[in-house]
Amino acid sequence: MSDELIQRVRNVIANTQRIPVEKITVDSSFQELGIDSMDGVNILFALENEFNITIPDDAARQIRDVRQMIEGVEKLIGGGTADAAAVTS
Amino acid sequence: MNRVAVTGIGVICALGRNSEEFNQALREGRSGIGLIHCTDCTTLRFHNGAEVQGYDHRPYFDDKRADFMDRFAQFAVIAAREAVSDAGIEWTPELRESSAIITGSCVGGQATEDVGFFNVYKLGQNRVHPLTIPKTMANAGASHISMEFGITGPSYTISTACSSASHAIGQAYWMVRSGMAPLAITGGSEAPLSFGILKAWEALRVVSPDTCRPFSKDRNGMVLGEGGAMLVLEPLEAARARGARIHAEIVGFGMSSDACHITQPSADGAARAMRAAVCDAHLMPEAFGYINAHGTGTQANDTTETSAIRAVFGPHADRLAVSSTKSMHGHALGAAGALEAMAAIFALRDGFLPPTANYNEPDPECDLDVVPNVSRPAQIEYALSNSFAFGGLNAVLAFRR
Repeated sequence: MSDELIQRVRNVIANTQRIPVEKITVDSSFQELGIDSMDGVNILFALENEFNITIPDDAARQIRDVRQMIEGVEKLIGGGTADAAAVTS
Repeated sequence: MNRVAVTGIGVICALGRNSEEFNQALREGRSGIGLIHCTDCTTLRFHNGAEVQGYDHRPYFDDKRADFMDRFAQFAVIAAREAVSDAGIEWTPELRESSAIITGSCVGGQATEDVGFFNVYKLGQNRVHPLTIPKTMANAGASHISMEFGITGPSYTISTACSSASHAIGQAYWMVRSGMAPLAITGGSEAPLSFGILKAWEALRVVSPDTCRPFSKDRNGMVLGEGGAMLVLEPLEAARARGARIHAEIVGFGMSSDACHITQPSADGAARAMRAAVCDAHLMPEAFGYINAHGTGTQANDTTETSAIRAVFGPHADRLAVSSTKSMHGHALGAAGALEAMAAIFALRDGFLPPTANYNEPDPECDLDVVPNVSRPAQIEYALSNSFAFGGLNAVLAFRR
């Protein structure tokens, strides 16, 4: 989990959710950040654009916090394929 | 106030091209969900829908007329023709002048718009077809029904997403009940299986990659459907006087707004709409034996709807049958309430409970009698049909055998 990746994901969340990036830490839960299911879908869309990846629905459903989101993105950009297990493991 | 009878019914959807085929599929618990053929779904995450398989306008409309109608408007007219014929209406000039047409549609003719926008954005063409606007407008269904029968009374369209047709039928019911209209043609139609629309639904991450399994623990989303369903409503006394066949009565209509979230459902809003319908019918909740649920097959809807039903019906919820026929005809958005009203009417008229198809395993959070997979004989006196829309706008209809 590189600092650059963490920063990019935090920025995407901040821009989509319209909250200051300082509020978002790797350990923030969606609940703490006021991210509901529709907000979550919006953020996934922004992440797909930012990293040019495709996040499968199955995997998307499991994500509950920022750490899971960063780890999921990391695996998708590393592997290059949209494997559901990659985002949830 | 008039009592209001349903004297005509008509339908076209994935389950059949007329009400008898639709009824038969409900009895058999046969799902109309399968591969979408009318659109190339290669680059979509889902490939299934509830499509009117092999639909072509030619048995219904000549080419010239069809040129002026999006698929959703064609479905509206096809369903209205069957309903009007079924009702055996003898038109008089007075009746034509005072009859109402209230239709529901969510996306209207956006499939036509999709083509036009593809042409300008993608192909770089500098013009779209001049019929794009009149084919796209959501009221085109009502307009074409009015022209089909020469009806010149109050006619309009209600667009409240997945509640559109239920709001339309409820409005028409109140118009006939109050004496404002001596007859109404009402229902909904939808044809949303166009690539741009499907892509937009894909982005919401609520569409199942396989099939719609309402209330089942392994449910994984909704499946989009298309079609049209129309009812003819008349005052009960007038219908009896002319010897019309009465399929069922509409006895109540309730509405509410969640005022909560643009996509997440609210149990409180759903419960208030059900209570309003029961109250409008001057009944106690215990009078009801069947609910045709909104039952989309998403995680959120089915648990929320279960809570709402328990809140309204209390212990009686365990004696109610609750099924979602979306498992068979798909989620036809602005037509959904009309397809489901029809399912509720058949349940009452013919004495059976339509099943929730594709059901695999019980979910403790959806612990109602959902009539899994197989229809059951049952003599029910009163039924509800639930519609809860994105945007939190809810409409519930109450029917009597």
